[in-house]
Amino acid sequence: MSQAVSQASEAVVRPTSQTKLVEIRGLEKRFSLSGDFLDQLRFERGKLVRRQNYVHAINGVDIDVQRGEALCVVGESGCGKSTVARMVMGLLSPSGGEIHYDGQRIDHLSPRQLLPYRRRMQMIFQNPYASLNPRMTIQQTLEEPLRFHHPDWSRERVRQQVTEVMESVGIDPDWGKRFGHEFSGGQRQRIAIARALVVDPEFIVADEPISALDVSIQAQVLNLLMDAQRDRQLTYLFITHDLAVVEHFGSRVVVMYLGRVCEIAATSQLFAKPQHPYTQALLSAIPRLEDDRPDHIRLSGEVPTPVNLPSGCVFHGRCPHANERCRQEVPELIVADGGTRVACHAVEEGRITA
Amino acid sequence: MALLEVNNLDVRFALRQGEVRALRDVSFTLDRGERLGIVGESGAGKSVAAFTILNLITKPGYIAGGSIRFDGQELTTLKPKALQKIRGNKISMIFQDPMMTLNPVLTIGDQMVECLKAHRRIGSREARNVALNKLRQVYIPSPEKRLDQYPHELSGGMRQRIIIAIALLLDPDIIVADEPTTALDVTIQAEIMTLLLELCEKHNVALILITHDLGVVSQVTQRTLVMYAGRVIEQGPTREIINDAQHPYTQGLINALPQMATPGHRLNQIPGAMPSLANIPPGCAFHPRCSFSKDDAGNLRRDCREQVPGFVTSGNCRVACHMVRDLVDSEPRDNGRSKTSQEVS
Repeated sequence: MSQAVSQASEAVVRPTSQTKLVEIRGLEKRFSLSGDFLDQLRFERGKLVRRQNYVHAINGVDIDVQRGEALCVVGESGCGKSTVARMVMGLLSPSGGEIHYDGQRIDHLSPRQLLPYRRRMQMIFQNPYASLNPRMTIQQTLEEPLRFHHPDWSRERVRQQVTEVMESVGIDPDWGKRFGHEFSGGQRQRIAIARALVVDPEFIVADEPISALDVSIQAQVLNLLMDAQRDRQLTYLFITHDLAVVEHFGSRVVVMYLGRVCEIAATSQLFAKPQHPYTQALLSAIPRLEDDRPDHIRLSGEVPTPVNLPSGCVFHGRCPHANERCRQEVPELIVADGGTRVACHAVEEGRITA
Repeated sequence: MALLEVNNLDVRFALRQGEVRALRDVSFTLDRGERLGIVGESGAGKSVAAFTILNLITKPGYIAGGSIRFDGQELTTLKPKALQKIRGNKISMIFQDPMMTLNPVLTIGDQMVECLKAHRRIGSREARNVALNKLRQVYIPSPEKRLDQYPHELSGGMRQRIIIAIALLLDPDIIVADEPTTALDVTIQAEIMTLLLELCEKHNVALILITHDLGVVSQVTQRTLVMYAGRVIEQGPTREIINDAQHPYTQGLINALPQMATPGHRLNQIPGAMPSLANIPPGCAFHPRCSFSKDDAGNLRRDCREQVPGFVTSGNCRVACHMVRDLVDSEPRDNGRSKTSQEVS
């Protein structure tokens, strides 16, 4: 065991010239709906049979995160974007597929083996009201990860590091004695960001970090995240449903629908020329300031349940361009104009002109 | 005469820590068939304003002053019995969370029939037909089946459609919608908003739309109120407010949107946060965050610090800001507006 740990930490120390920081290959995640073993047993035609139902949250996702970029994952609720984030962080274990971090496969590691990676990757959660421990002072909250990852550091050094990070995110170091509930949402999110930055990570997974905040506070927190990226050469995996934020913040965008990737493109490319019909509908649905009449692409129906996935392309039930092939064959990601990768038969066959 | 006239509304909450003034001096009017947006961040008092119109403010809150006149009738002093005839009937409300609004133990049909029977003398079969008709109007697929389903069997977008159908059930004059799409996804939000807009226009229903999303306001409403710390700080035609906001807070709010900045660059943030209603700064509530409250030497302007700004008219908008007042006063009438906007922005 200890050997494995030392091997892993050696791997961490080794400098790499790879540009891919995170590689996700064929990732799958199912959540069982059937309860425990006894709940799964049923009597059918006089026989005892075992039946299991699953929510198919992620169904074969391939994503690369390049070093230094801000990769945004967008999609509607239930598309699996948060599940991907949690699996990358090791908070959930995948049902299939692989996750590589800096060339090392990490999805099957034990918590102990994962420890050196945990210092390099940190997470910021959506709701700053829930993600801060109400019984810890801000100082304790920020010191805890340092004590954990650097047990050899002196008390003085820990305190100094915490003060530095607090100043860098715009928190007054005097607030350290106070508790989370004494702060507003924006300030709490700053504290949550400080907690992620305090161990000096290189990769940050942010799961809807600004959607619980007000408009004027959203701008402050986004600015803070962008400053941190510039000053610390961070790589972001940014989960959001807000396309206006993506357009501003992201270097590349992954659009997800029902546990699959529809389209991956550079941000400017995606907004200038969306290829997948779902991306087009999503973009047209953003309420804009300029036009005074909504003129969006109407999608028929709603997102199907991920318990019984549609056959073929998961989007075919709502797609205006769907045909027989879409109903039967699962589309693979293909490279389309301008380097966009898109999973759509209609785009491949040239049936849609974007 | 306007359909709804709200004058100098003052709502307070008597809390143990002291009295909190949630609304101060809020005045606006709404014409028949007009769509009004109320915009502000959380804590600005926009939901309290909506609840007050229907007199849904409960203890420890109370209406401390002002008047709400609906169709010539004063609502603030109305007896609960008389108010029930208006609430849900002439003025109906759509709440934010469609799961919380529907009763989970009644079928959709039961809830709709119950609502009809409470306000009209109507037989069960006829009520069911009216309900069915309304469900068709909000484009619910297979409405007969939905009437016998429970809310948990439906998706979020479907539930919000049913709530819109219930709001329209008694052919109201006004619908008050409090963040009706905040809990929904973008594509569903766009659908619900289009639907609401279409129905309001078709039936000539006035809409009060409460939201924090300036994009939604810009697409749906004709006039907009901007609220800050319990007060209205700017009101006017939506187009003018979006394109040429006068109040520094409204400008800040619009400029803080990601689409207003060059991608990859810093956003134009407003420093600080909205004060809590228990602790509103004296003078203009926005002055600690306002970049115009300081004079050239960097000192805080005295009037911003000490005096609550009154409304001045600038173009078609009414703005509560000392700086805008000075600009309007100092400029000649004819080109005052364009000059003001240039200097402000």
